[in-house]
Amino acid sequence: MTVTDPAILKLTVNNHPGVLSHVAGLFARRAYNLEGVMVRPVPGGPPHLSRMWLLVNEEDRLQQLIRQTEKLVDVISVEQHPMKGSVFESTQQYFT
Amino acid sequence: MNDTDTLAAPPDHKESIAPSASDNGVSEVQSRELSGAQLLIEMLERQGICHIAGVPGGANLPIYDALSGSSIKHVLARHEQGAGFIAQGMARVTGEAQVCFASSGPGATNLVTAVADAMLDSIPLVAITGQVPQAMIGTDAFQEIDTFGLMLPITKHNWLVHSARELMEVIPRAFELALSGRPGPVSIDIPKDVQNELIQVDVLPQPGGRLPDPPVLDAEVDALLARISAAKQPVLMIGGGIVYSGATQELREFAEQLDVPAVQTFMGLGVLPADHRLSLGMLGMHGAPFTNLVLEECDLLVGLGVRFDDRATGKVAAFCPQAEIVHVDIDHSEIGKVFKPVLSITADVGEVLRMAVERLQPATRPQWQSVVQGLKRDHPLQLDGHNDLFRPYGAIKAVASLLDERANVTTDVGQHQMWVAQAYPMVRPRQWISSGGLGTMGFGLPAAIGMALAQPDRKCICFSGDGSLMMNIQEFATAAEHNLDLKVIILNNNHLGLVRQQQTLFYRKNLSAVEFEQRTNFPMAAAAMGVKGVDLSECEDPHDALRQALSEHGPCLINIPISETEMVFPMVAPGGANKDMITGAPA
Ligand SMILES: Cc1ncc(C[n+]2csc(CCOP(=O)(O)OP(=O)(O)O)c2C)c(N)n1
Repeated sequence: MTVTDPAILKLTVNNHPGVLSHVAGLFARRAYNLEGVMVRPVPGGPPHLSRMWLLVNEEDRLQQLIRQTEKLVDVISVEQHPMKGSVFESTQQYFT
Repeated sequence: MNDTDTLAAPPDHKESIAPSASDNGVSEVQSRELSGAQLLIEMLERQGICHIAGVPGGANLPIYDALSGSSIKHVLARHEQGAGFIAQGMARVTGEAQVCFASSGPGATNLVTAVADAMLDSIPLVAITGQVPQAMIGTDAFQEIDTFGLMLPITKHNWLVHSARELMEVIPRAFELALSGRPGPVSIDIPKDVQNELIQVDVLPQPGGRLPDPPVLDAEVDALLARISAAKQPVLMIGGGIVYSGATQELREFAEQLDVPAVQTFMGLGVLPADHRLSLGMLGMHGAPFTNLVLEECDLLVGLGVRFDDRATGKVAAFCPQAEIVHVDIDHSEIGKVFKPVLSITADVGEVLRMAVERLQPATRPQWQSVVQGLKRDHPLQLDGHNDLFRPYGAIKAVASLLDERANVTTDVGQHQMWVAQAYPMVRPRQWISSGGLGTMGFGLPAAIGMALAQPDRKCICFSGDGSLMMNIQEFATAAEHNLDLKVIILNNNHLGLVRQQQTLFYRKNLSAVEFEQRTNFPMAAAAMGVKGVDLSECEDPHDALRQALSEHGPCLINIPISETEMVFPMVAPGGANKDMITGAPA
C-alpha cells in the first residue's frame, strides 16, 4: 500500500509513563488515522523528554489534529516534518 | 470475599500532625511524616475544598481514614455517579474546581458517566479514585480495572500516581489544569500502597489555581470590531464560555454599545435575560422560530465562547447561509473544528470583551433591529398551555412565578429539560445548570444537591422527568441527610417523553419501549428516603400546595402529572437544517 501524502509530525513530549497512551488515546477518540509511531528518550538533551514521531494520514483534518495534539498536557511541541530526513524514511526497510 | 480484608493496618498518625499552614498561606512546617492519604487530604484542604462527595471502598480506605479528622465535610453519596454529579453541581454554580472520591473497580466505573459529562460541558472536576496496590496492578486483582485507561478519553488529563511524593506535584497541577484555559475534569488514580506510603514532608506545595490566560493583542480586538462595524446584519452567538469567563457584564455592555442582537446556546442561557432588548433566546434544535430565522438573515455571526455544537447549528452546511463567521474561544482546537472563520481570536472571551468595550465606537442599527423585531413579532415562541399548571409550560411558569432570581435551576434530560430551557426566565449566569453536551439522564437530583451544598442560601430547583429521576433517585436519601433546600419538580408523563416524541415524529408513531408499565409512586419513594412528597393532582388547591412546598425549607418532591402527548416545539429533526422547524404534531 502506498500512502498518499502522509504527514509526519515530530513531537517533543514529557518522558512520563502514560504519554504514549494519551497520544494514542487522542487519535482513537477522534478517529484520526495513525500509520506509524516511533518514540525514544532524547539522549543528552534535557532529562525527562522524549521524541515522538507520528505518521498520520489526515489531509483534511491535519490542522485540527495538530491543535488537539498540542493540547495534550505532556506534549511540549508539535512540528511538521518532511519525509526526507525523518525516522520513517530511514526505517522503511523494516516494514516490508 | 470481602474487599476490605487486604487492608494494611492504617498508620497511626493523628497525634503527629502539625498545623499545616500559617495564616498567610505560606507553609512553615517542620519536617514530619505523612502518609500519601494524609498528604492528599491536607493538600485538598489547602485548595479550599469544603465538601467532597464520594463513596468509600477497599482501595480508598486510607483516604477515608485520613479524611475523618479533616475540616472537609464528606457527603456520602448513595452511588458514585451521584457523587460525581454532586461535585459537578457545586462546580457549576461556583466555577470552582470540586472533588469526588470513589474506590477502585466498580467505584471508578460508576464515576465514569459524571466525569464524561464534565468533559463535554467543560466543568472543573477532580475525580480521585483508589486503585489496588501497585504490586497487584496487572494481575486482575479484586476490583482492579484500568481506571487510567477508562478516564483517559474523558478528561483533560489524568494520572496514575506512583509514589506519595508524586502527589505533591500532581494534586496542585490537577487543580491548575481543571481550572485553566478551557476548564474540564481531571482524574487521579491512587494505588493503595501510595496512600499508605509514609514520607517526610517539610513544605507543602502552593495550591494550584487558574493560570494566566494568553495575552490579547489590541490589533485582534480592533479587527473584531472592524468586522462588526462593516457588517449590516450581525448577530452574536454567546455560549458557556461567557459564563465560565465571568464576562456577562462585559458581554451585555458590548452588545448594547454596538447594538447587536444575540442568540444564546443552551450553555449560555442566563447571560442575557430573555426580556433583554437584544436577546434572541436560545438557538438550534428547540429554539424559537424567530431565533433560527434571524440567523438565516444575518451576514456576520460572532461566536463568543461557543463550540458550534450540532444541537445548536443543525445541519452545518445550512447554518447561517449568508454569514461570515468570527470565532472567539480559549480553546485553539475549537477554532476551525466546525466552521472556517474569517477571523478568530484564541483567547479568554472575557478579556477580549473587556478590551473591546474600551476600544469600540458605539453604534446603532435601526434597520437591522427592525428586521429582527419583525421576525420576533411574526414568529414568536408559542408557549402552549402556559396558564395551566398541569401542562409543561404552565407548570414551569407557575414555579418561576413563585421564585425570585436568586433561585438556582437545574434539570434532568428530556422534554422537561427543553421546556425549561425555553420557558424559565433565566436572568443571571450560573443560575442555570444542565447536562448539555452529554445529555445525561440522572444529572438533575445530585446536581441540585451540589448546588444546595455550595449555595445553601438559595432555593435549588430541579425539574425532572419520571424516566430521568429514576436514574439517580437514591440521592434523595443524601438530600434528606443534609436537609438541603432543594425541590424536585417532576413533570410526570410516565414515559420516556423525548424518545416518545422522536418516535412519534420520525418513526411512524411506532412507540417502542417508551412507556413505564409499572408506574412509580414518586411521592412515596421520596418519603421512603426522608424527603417530603407532594402530588399536586391530589391537592385541593394545587397552586397553594405548590407555593407552600416551594416556600418551606427542606428537600421536597413535587409531582405534577402531565400528558404523554405533550411535545417540545419547535423541533429541528436531528441532522436537519435549523430553518426547517417542525412546529406541530403530525395529523
Ligand atoms: C443515561 C441516558 N440514557 C438514555 C438517554 C436517552 N434519552 C434521552 S431523553 C430520554 C427520555 C427522558 O425521559 P424523562 O426523564 O421521563 O423526561 P421527559 O422526556 O419525559 O420529559 C431518554 C431515554 C439519555 N439521554 N441518558
